This record gives sequence, structure tokens and C-alpha cells, in this order.
Amino acid sequence: MSIVLSDISKKFGDFCALDHINLEIPQGELLALLGPSGCGKTTLLRIIAGLERADTGKVLFNGQDMTDEDVRNRGIGFVFQHYALFRHMTVFDNVAFGLRFKPAKLRPSEAIIRKNVKELLALVHLDWLADRYPDQLSGGQRQRIALARALAVEPAVLLLDEPFGALDASVRKELRLWLRHLHQNLHVTTIFVTHDQEEAMEVASEIVVVNKGKVEQKGTPSKIYDEPHNDFVSRFVGQTNVFHLEKDDAHWLKSAGIVFDNPQGVTAHVRPHNISVEKQINGTESAIVLKDWQHLGAIIRLELVKDSANGAGKTIYAEMPNDAFRHSALKRGDKVSLFIKHAHWFN
Amino acid sequence: MHAIVQPSTKPLTSNPSTTIRSALQEPLWLKITLIAIALGFIFLFLCLPLLIVLFHAFAKGVGAYWEAILQPDTLAAIKLTLLTALVTVPANTLFGIAAAWAITRFEFRGKSLLTTLIDLPFSVSPVISGVIFVLLFGMQGYFGEWLRDHDIKIVFAIPGIILATLFVTFPFVARQLIPLMQEMGNEEEEAALSLGASSWKMFFKVTLPNIKWALLYGVLLCNARAMGEFGAVSVVSGHIRGLTNTLPLHVEVSYNDYQTVGAFASASILAGLAVVTLVLKTLLEWKQGNR
Amino acid sequence: MSQSQIMPGFRPALGFTLVYLSLIVLIPLSTLVFKSFQLSWDDYLRIIGSKRVLASFRVSFGSALIAAAIASVFGVIVAWVMVRYSFFGRKFFDAIIDLPFALPTAVAGIVLATIFQPTGVLGKFLLDTFGIQVAFKPLGIVIALIFISIPFVVRTLEPVLLEFDTTMEEAAASMGASRWQIFTKVIFPNIFPALLTAFALSFSRSVGEYGSVIFIAGNLPFVSEIVPLLIVTKLEQYEIEGATAIALTMLLISFLFLFLINLLQLWTHKRSGQL
Repeated sequence: MSIVLSDISKKFGDFCALDHINLEIPQGELLALLGPSGCGKTTLLRIIAGLERADTGKVLFNGQDMTDEDVRNRGIGFVFQHYALFRHMTVFDNVAFGLRFKPAKLRPSEAIIRKNVKELLALVHLDWLADRYPDQLSGGQRQRIALARALAVEPAVLLLDEPFGALDASVRKELRLWLRHLHQNLHVTTIFVTHDQEEAMEVASEIVVVNKGKVEQKGTPSKIYDEPHNDFVSRFVGQTNVFHLEKDDAHWLKSAGIVFDNPQGVTAHVRPHNISVEKQINGTESAIVLKDWQHLGAIIRLELVKDSANGAGKTIYAEMPNDAFRHSALKRGDKVSLFIKHAHWFN
Repeated sequence: MHAIVQPSTKPLTSNPSTTIRSALQEPLWLKITLIAIALGFIFLFLCLPLLIVLFHAFAKGVGAYWEAILQPDTLAAIKLTLLTALVTVPANTLFGIAAAWAITRFEFRGKSLLTTLIDLPFSVSPVISGVIFVLLFGMQGYFGEWLRDHDIKIVFAIPGIILATLFVTFPFVARQLIPLMQEMGNEEEEAALSLGASSWKMFFKVTLPNIKWALLYGVLLCNARAMGEFGAVSVVSGHIRGLTNTLPLHVEVSYNDYQTVGAFASASILAGLAVVTLVLKTLLEWKQGNR
Repeated sequence: MSQSQIMPGFRPALGFTLVYLSLIVLIPLSTLVFKSFQLSWDDYLRIIGSKRVLASFRVSFGSALIAAAIASVFGVIVAWVMVRYSFFGRKFFDAIIDLPFALPTAVAGIVLATIFQPTGVLGKFLLDTFGIQVAFKPLGIVIALIFISIPFVVRTLEPVLLEFDTTMEEAAASMGASRWQIFTKVIFPNIFPALLTAFALSFSRSVGEYGSVIFIAGNLPFVSEIVPLLIVTKLEQYEIEGATAIALTMLLISFLFLFLINLLQLWTHKRSGQL
């Protein structure tokens, strides 16, 4: 099912949650709505679901106007942030809920319901938990049951609100990959909301960055990361060093011996891995010092400061591969030269 | 960190762990005294009254007890009390659910005022709760003449008793449900809707199972008050024996007539009701805690 | 928490709530106000200012104040014992604390009168040993109101004590505080707002209490006649105006208290950071 949002706006009192959102989501996409908390991404998801009504604008499913359609008739599956499993029902009954409460004409027989539910539980690898109650499950298990429950009604669109937000780091990692693989098998149009850029990059095939009720950029994870449209996207997705060429940074950069060859704006954003660091032999040219470094596994993060700044000045972060760092034989306190390999320019 | 080991000169009793323990717990003698005070107080004020009811109810033997209970006036009072509860409890339960639904599931202007107004009857003296209905429907009340002309009796009759009871038991159910449903949020109900459930199915399959213990709790307290209300009902009832006396009023009338056994026999029924209420209440609290 | 616009049943639920609230509570209560408007200001002051009425207010408020104070002291002890100590039968005693909520006031009234009358179990003991007569005196009213107040105090304090963060006590102990210092400087300040609320709750309930008081009070005008009883007496003597004026005054005082209690609870919540 393809989804088109046209000119969606929504206010809560004086607060403008969504400001003229336009978005097209093709059939079969796995899309992340990414943004800081309070940016309106959850509201947008709920409007797509029909759990919330937009003040203006239209929601189209496969070209069909769904704006005023009830949540029950939209053919969506919704996974709530805190799962919203029915506490008084077993796992089996939770998953069967949507099938059992279909109108009599459309309701499958109890035997088919049993078969379907069993298959779904097998799909989420939790068939052995059918008779448990939600209270007896771990967070990750609840999450998967909530997903199975949403899938039971064979939705044309699957919507997930911060699906991994309440989980432990290790479970989260595992479920992210699992969701991605599940999507590859089912091919159902899927939209999930997250504030975690790493999660969006890892799971989604397409990312929509939302801020203050507006879409900042839409694109594949690599586009978003490598070609950010604006200052916000560049800062929000991945780490970056920000240099203002016109403000006091200009003098600072000059004295530090950092040169931008070809300025294309007033603000330069430089990703840490786009700065290469070399040890200076004669130590007179540069005033940049390696203050500290941290081992992050495959890469090493370097904290660089200007010598005379005494910690009060700017800190520049650079990253280099583990083995390159070992070859460079850098130590804390070493004077270094920096080479900017690539920068994003904004005005 | 390494402590420098020194030969201990302090006596064993003041080593730090003992000091801390004594700072975290009362000495045994104080504990026992406090428990004794608390239990003595509870016994004198709460247990003794229950025992006294039984003692006086059966003071002249089981025969006299049954005789007192089987009196037509007593039976009529029991009937009226049951009738009152049968009307008021369902009405206020329905109201409680509707009010809690409106207040916890929607945003609207004046919501907190509405919540306060619902609690209002709790802060009104029972006597005043009766007086207002006399002012409305009594002989000198606003509708007094009209009612007399149409030969309808409300005050000093059963409708008045029911109205006064409705008033005093008004907040019980709503008050139990509102905080619970607020805390629950509506995610589960939204989930049910997103799975295609109809409004009624959502309510009966998701909402009701989640609030059932709190609902029963509210109904239980509402019922106890409906059957036991004295002040409000006494103002509107007119104390007509066999006709407008509820059981608590019957207790008063018998007591004032020095029919001790009669008064305490009726009182024992109400005390029994109170004990049953307490037992069920404790069970429900346990159920709610276990949820 | 977000409120959904898609939840069904807003109009019927709110409509029924408002109609029912108006019919059962608001319209009857407003009668009292409208009826009072028929009185002139002078009439009102004459009724409220009469010696018997003033005396009854003194009796009602005085005894409610004393009862709430005594109930607060014992309530703290009972709540403390129930929450902090474990002993045989604790659950039973804890459950029975709600008895005054569940026991019809008329029953409480005749039982307390029977116990404390000069020939009663405790009445005789108190009269013979200390020469104190309880029943048919203002002291009797206080006793009945303590009975009514206990659950208010205990049930308000228990959750606060239960949720009390005991690591605060451990912190104080680690800094060398004694048990008494911990209680007065750490525990008591934390339960004080709740205690104040409990006091106000039991006071406001006690002022309006009728059933459990009238049997034990003796109901002597100027001495042991409470306001609610005076309202009933006036009504029975067809002094509708008098009853109305006194009732309205009572009602206004109750609302003042309701407001006060709400403020107190707000304060308590703020202090415990739950707002």
C-alpha cells in the first residue's frame, strides 16, 4: 500500500505539532520517521493510523482518501510504544483479538484463527509462550507479541511507535535486525518512529528527518548521512564538528593552521572521520594538541584542542581506524596537523 | 583504600554497625509500647463496639433475637433498605462509569471543575443532604404545592429516601474509577480499535476487564453507604414505622423506645453487612494489588 | 499522556454525566442557596447570631477540632505500627481500621452510647475510677468523632509511610543521626503535609457528622447540641428559614474546607515531586 500525506497540519492548543507536511511513501518501503522528542513524529504516525485527526490536509492510501476514515477501517497494524498488550488476556488471546472481533461475515472460523495465531507466534519465535500473560514476559518478548498481534489482521500498513525505545541495549540491537529481515519477508509497507539516528540508519531503507513539525529531509540512510540538506540534519544524524567561518572561528582556525581550500558557505560541518590527523615532527607550525583519545572498538576517537586555549577553547573530534592510530604512534600531548578531507557547507 | 589497623580501645557495643542499626530501628521496648498503644486503641474503638453489638443483640437469647428480627416493622425496614440499595447502586454505578469515561478519555473545558463537583456530596453534611430535598419537595418547598395537588409524595416517602441516598452515595464509583483509568491511559483501547474492535466490544473486552476490581470496589463502598446512610435519610423519611423506616432508622427508633434487643438485633444485621464489606474490600484490595 | 480524539462515546458519556450531576447534586444543592436569598441580611444575622446557634457551632467545631487532633496522634502511631512493624494479626487489625467507613453511623452511635453511658463497660470504669462522665457530655461527642476520624488519618498516612524512601533514613544514620533525630528531622517533616491533610479531612467530616454523635451527646442546647442536630430540630419545628440559614452557613464552611484540603494536597504533591 502506498501512502500519500498532503499538507498535513496539526495544532495542540497553541503548539504547532505538524506544519504542512507533504510526504509520499511507496508500497513496500521500510521508512523511519526520525527526529528529536516533541518534533511531531509520533503525531504524524498516529494521523496515518487514524488514531488522531489532522486539522488540515489529506491522507491517501493507494490513492484513496482515508482522511476521515475510522482507524478500524484503514487496514493498519499499530504497535504501541509500551506495547499496550491486553493485560487480562493470554498471549494467544492477544494475538487472536483482531481476528475474533471482526464482523461476523468476515470472521474466520475458530480453527483458522488458531492456525493463524500459531503461525504468527512461530513467525516471532514465541509459540511456546502462547498461554502466558503479558506480565510474565520480558520486554523483548512483549514487543514481538505486540508485533504479532498487529500482523494478525493482515494489515496493508504496519506502524510502529518507538518500537525499541523501552528495551535493553542488547535486545534492541537484536530486534532491529530481526525487524529488517521480517520486513524483507513480508514486504508490507512499514513506518516506524524513532529518536535514535543509529536505529533509523540500521533498520530503515528510507529516512524522513522531522523537526519542529516540518520535514527536514527525506532520503536513503546514506543520502541523509553523506548529503545532509541543512544544518539540522547534519547535526542530528551522526556526529559533526561545526566551524563558523565568519565568527571568532576564523581567527581561531587560522592560528591553528586549519585551512578550508574552497569555502562554499559560512558554516562548515566536518564529520570526525573526514579529519585526518598526523603527528608533527618539528612542532612549530601547529598549535593543535591531542588532549585525549578513546578506544571505541574498530575506531579511535581523538579529542583535539588548541594548545593555548587551555581547555577553554573549542574541542575538535576526529576519528581514525584502530590500526591507523597504532601506526601513527600518537600520544596524549602530541602536537598534530589536521587535514580536512571533506566538509558540508551551510549558510 | 586501606584503613590503618589500630588496637581497638572502644567497647564492642559502639561499633559503627550497631550504632547505625539503632539509628534505623526503634529499641524493642519502644516497638512493643507502640504496638500495644495501637492495638489497644484499635481494640477499644473498633473491636469492642462489634462485640457489644453481638452481646446486646443476644442478651436475651437467640429466641428474642429472632423474634426482634422477624417483627413486621423490622422486615419492612430490611425490605426498604434493600430496595433503596437496589435502585441507587446501579444508578450511581452507571453514572460513575460514564463520568470516568468522559473525564479520563477526553479533553474538554471545565474538566477539573467537573471532577471537583462530582466529589461535592462527600463534603456536605448528611443532614444537609436531606434538608435540600425537603426544601425542594417538602410542603413549604419549591414543588411542594404542585406535588400535593397532583397527589405525589416525595418527602416522607420512599422517593425522598432514594433521592437522598443517591445524593450521599453519588461519588463512590466515579471516585474509584477516575484515578485508575487516568493511570491506565488509553493505549490498550486504541490497540483494540486499531485491531478493528467495535466500540462496545472495546469497552466490554478491554476496558471493563481492566477496571473490574476497582469498579467492584466502588460498588461495594457505594452499597455499604446506601444501606447504612442515616443522617440524610432520617431528615427526609418522616420515620413512619413499617413504611418509611430503613434499617438504620429502625435501629434509632427501637433504641429510643428502649427496645435494646430490637435495636441491637437490627444493628447486628448492619454490623454484619459492615464486616462482610470489610472482608470483601480486603479481598478486592488484594486482587487489585495482584493485577 | 495523549488524549485521543477517536475514542467513542464522548457525547453520551459527558451528556449523561452532566444531566445526572445536575439532577441529583447541583439543582438540589442550589435550592439551599436560592431559599436563603428569601432571607434578608438582618434575618440571616439574627438566626446565625442567636445564642443557641452560636453555641452549637462552638460545640461542633470545638469537638471536631479536639477529635481530629487526638485522632491524628493515635493515627500516626497506628499507621506507623501497621507499616513498619510486623506482628501477629497485623493484616486483621489493618483491615478493621476501615470499620468506621463501613459501619452505619446509627449503629456506631448506639454502640458508643451503650459503651460509654454511666452503666456501660467503659463508662462505668471511667466514672468510678476517674470520676469522668463521657456520655451525654461534650466529651461523648469527641469520642464519637474520634471513632469517625481514625480511618481518615490512618488511610492518608499509610501510603505516604509506605512510599517513604528509607534510604533517606540510612543516609541520615550514616551521617551520625540518632533514631530520635531521624524521626523528627527526616521522617516527620516528610509526612507532615499528609498529616495536615488527614487532620483537615477528619475535621471536615466530623463537623457534619450526625448519626454517630446524637445518641451519645445528650443533645442539651448550649452544651452538647451539634449544628446538624439543630438543623434537624428547626426543620421538625417547621422553622424552615432557620434551618436553611444554618445549613447554608455549614455548607459554605464545608466548601471552604474542601478548597483548603485541595490546596494542601497540591502542596503535598509538590513537595513529594509527583506533580
